[in-house]
Amino acid sequence: MSSSAQMEAIVVTGVGAVTPLGVGARTLHERWCAGECGIAGGEGACADFEPKDFLSAKEVRRADRFTQLAIAACAEALADAGWRDGEPDGRGSSAPYDPERIGCVLGTGIGGIQTLVDGQDTLRERGSQYVSPLSVPLMMSNAGAGALSMRHDLRGPSFAVSSACASGAHAIGSALRMLQCGEADAVVAGGSEAGLTPLARAAFSALDALSQTGVSRPFDARRDGFVMGEGAAVMVLERAGAASARGARVLGTVRGYGASSDAHHLTAPRDDGRGQAAAMTAALADAGVAAEQIDYVNAHGTSTPLNDRAETQAIKLALGEHAMRIPVSSTKSAIGHLLGAAGAVEAVATLLALRDRIAPPTLGLSEPDEGLDLDYVPGAARPLTRGGNGDSAERGADGPVLALSNSFGFGGHNAVLCLEAA
Amino acid sequence: MSTAVTAEQVEKVVVESLATFGADPDQITPEATFEALDVDSLDLAELSQIVHEQFGVELKGSDVAEVKSVEDAVQLIASRL
Repeated sequence: MSSSAQMEAIVVTGVGAVTPLGVGARTLHERWCAGECGIAGGEGACADFEPKDFLSAKEVRRADRFTQLAIAACAEALADAGWRDGEPDGRGSSAPYDPERIGCVLGTGIGGIQTLVDGQDTLRERGSQYVSPLSVPLMMSNAGAGALSMRHDLRGPSFAVSSACASGAHAIGSALRMLQCGEADAVVAGGSEAGLTPLARAAFSALDALSQTGVSRPFDARRDGFVMGEGAAVMVLERAGAASARGARVLGTVRGYGASSDAHHLTAPRDDGRGQAAAMTAALADAGVAAEQIDYVNAHGTSTPLNDRAETQAIKLALGEHAMRIPVSSTKSAIGHLLGAAGAVEAVATLLALRDRIAPPTLGLSEPDEGLDLDYVPGAARPLTRGGNGDSAERGADGPVLALSNSFGFGGHNAVLCLEAA
Repeated sequence: MSTAVTAEQVEKVVVESLATFGADPDQITPEATFEALDVDSLDLAELSQIVHEQFGVELKGSDVAEVKSVEDAVQLIASRL
């Protein structure tokens, strides 16, 4: 297959997000860059999200929270892309494409876990005959993709992808490929997760993966695990020519995508970061750009001892000396780890940061761990300089800026997006 | 099952259930069709569970497939009390 660099560009024309920093993609971007943190009580809950603002009473009952979050993010993304005429609840579509040529790919790590738990409770407490017939349609991991396709009449290929905490990035990568191989003319892609349940808390705690202090401080010596969050993000992807022909406002370009597997351990990354670096290198090659052209890295940066160390190694392996010259920061410092939604939420946050020429901060980082010596943008955002701190003169200060957005999942799944904004 | 259960009681349970499922309470009349109320096969599967719990009446998928209105549902359930 040809690389993305040899094919027509795939552009982003709309974004939407619901995160612990509030409802709205730009709310996430602006609040994160202002140094605000959406974590409270040791978790990143979407406290501002009111399902009834987006769904009827019937629809609320017919959707697990992970689907509800996806529906809200999708409504925003389609409106942002100019695909619909502003119905407040986001139903329907005035998409500028044949519905049969619009795909939908939504990542989730877990799916409808609260629905699963409720069904189990009912089974145990009342008996099998009382388990709700809505159990399967709500908890299945493709429920979100199904809901979006029905709600907006997206009749092209539609499915969920699942690779734990890399799901959202794999979904956008899959959408890119779907467009490049001609399966669709537009794809609605993203990720969603709603795992803030006692079961998930207990399960991740049993792995020693969750922060016991409830603080997300990636790359800091005191980091002690990730802070679980919930949320969703959705992007509208189209071919550049068609987007231009319809006069769409283009937010940026998905320049490339690379994926790899550690093939090493169910939960731990390789110490040397080689698997993660392979995905970063593949994304660069797919985009047809050199390491020196990357201006920013949105790290997976989970705040776990293992990830942040391995990822720092991976960034150095993939970018060489250039790794020391550019800002690297973690969205999870502001919202926690959104698991299967993280890759999509972080792709949206990265794209908006590139557009505004800003390097968002890694919050909570004041004592970098030994050996973790990249420029993690501790504490406060700052202007994003093209070419980083080094040879910007070579590339010139004007022109588009490029970023890699890293996502790595349990199971050893690595997915990296190369994003560009003018 | 107790013979004390009346058609009115059945109707009350059916109407309350449909409202819980999200149908507009103002539109739930005996004559209202499920199509008009946007009641679908998943709603009827839920209703069957409630009816079984409340009245001990078992409704199978093939039974409810023929039910097109609130009145139809109440009559079918009442006939099996």
